[in-house]
Amino acid sequence: MRKFLRTIFLIDLMEGLRVTFHYQRPKYIYTEQYPAERPKVAERFRGAPRLNINPDNGETLCIACNLCALACPENLIVVGSERNEQTRRKELTIFTYDISRCMFCGLCEDACPVDALELTQDFEMASYTREGQIWDRQMLEEGPRPTRYKY
Amino acid sequence: MPETTFLDSSELVLNMGPQHPSTHGVLRIILKLDGEKVMGTECVIGYLHRGVEKIGENRTYQQFAPYVDRMDYCAAVSNGLGYCLAVEKLLNVQAPPRAQVSRVILTELNRIASHLIWLGTHALDIGAITPLFYVMREREEILNIFERYCGARLTTHAFRIGGLQYEIYDNFEQDVKAVCDLLLPKIREYDELLTENRIWMGRLQGIGVLNAEDCKAYGVTGPMLRAAGVKWDLRKAQPYSGYEQYDFEIPTGKNGDTYDRYTVRMEEMRQSIRIIRQAVEGIPEGPIMARIPKVLKPPVGEVYVSIEAPKGELGYFIVSDGSTQPYRLRVRPPSFINLQSLDRMARGALIADVVAIIGTIDIVLGEVDR
Repeated sequence: MRKFLRTIFLIDLMEGLRVTFHYQRPKYIYTEQYPAERPKVAERFRGAPRLNINPDNGETLCIACNLCALACPENLIVVGSERNEQTRRKELTIFTYDISRCMFCGLCEDACPVDALELTQDFEMASYTREGQIWDRQMLEEGPRPTRYKY
Repeated sequence: MPETTFLDSSELVLNMGPQHPSTHGVLRIILKLDGEKVMGTECVIGYLHRGVEKIGENRTYQQFAPYVDRMDYCAAVSNGLGYCLAVEKLLNVQAPPRAQVSRVILTELNRIASHLIWLGTHALDIGAITPLFYVMREREEILNIFERYCGARLTTHAFRIGGLQYEIYDNFEQDVKAVCDLLLPKIREYDELLTENRIWMGRLQGIGVLNAEDCKAYGVTGPMLRAAGVKWDLRKAQPYSGYEQYDFEIPTGKNGDTYDRYTVRMEEMRQSIRIIRQAVEGIPEGPIMARIPKVLKPPVGEVYVSIEAPKGELGYFIVSDGSTQPYRLRVRPPSFINLQSLDRMARGALIADVVAIIGTIDIVLGEVDR
């Protein structure tokens, strides 16, 4: 009998519709207005790579040990170094990082012994050319500069 | 012999996919039809083949870990757990207790996320669009926990061989408990939307029946096997990562039809919440990484480790020749093997039911093709 009444009055469908209409209230709107309001990503977010510099004297922290290049599964990091004859230390000459092949696994960051290479919270890395995806040392130190739109 | 024309032939061959939205990716099915009735199906796979197993032979053990996330991208954490357990068994090390409990929490959260995606897409295929938006909203909360924990949302690379790379963050326990509290009433809401709904029941009940014998013959595992009434869950049968400490039920169905698979998966989400609640109460203190060398050179040998992924038994078979790279790496993907039962289920059904049956297998084409 109860089942019959449920069938007659379409109770099962009404129950579902109640859930649907419950969420029509503006309070439950979740849309993020992306370019205008940027999402706050987590602290540990693995985004654009950055080659850290010493804030005091502007010199790179990288010691050109090549560990990140060895750790990278895609072999997309190229580290070039040169021996400075006066200080007898290895110095970084070139550092390129191919963003287009990067899968942001974080292995290079883990491998770095001096916390020079870091994956940051920047996530806007688009460029118009393929060459623009290969970041050199300067780009890695400055980070991406996405266009900020005013609304 | 009389000349056969198109009109004479009783069988019509129809291509479904690879662009069909209900095939959950790039699956192509060649349907042989008699009117609306399916006389046979043939799956054409390989559109998403990336050669993951071959890539594994050319990477070191640590370097391959991010690639396994890209097989079943809905359940990346489970994939990573299986791979890490396999290499750990090869190395004969065990993750510390703190790492094991954290792994269980994250894997179970991922199981819920994967089942939510399944629910949304399965309902969408059948015509109920609303649940998709709701499950995506709840899944967002789980993905936020992943993002806060390891910095990525989908292809997480959360675990490392020997334990964890990242310590759990400060409010991890509170966040996980909040998600559990949020999810239970939401699952009840999906119940209200679907379980009793007559269209849903009409579309699912008695469709795609696969009984226990057929399941075993095809090697079908996971919720599909349990829906046929077989109480088989690797978390209970061969506990790994400390699953024996947790108290949970294995939900089973009776008929092995699509509706039973739906109820089994819904109940599995509740059981996962139960496991998470037990695990998050007692995260032990201690190290998160076992003592393993920086350069992994496992001893010569082979190992097979399987875990209960959201879709079924996920196994890794690794052959080591003593070098830093695996000699051979084979993955037993649950989706690939479950998909083989499609023909058995779809024979005699209607075209619209094929869509429901594909949805109920819960395939991820990244895992089918690897």
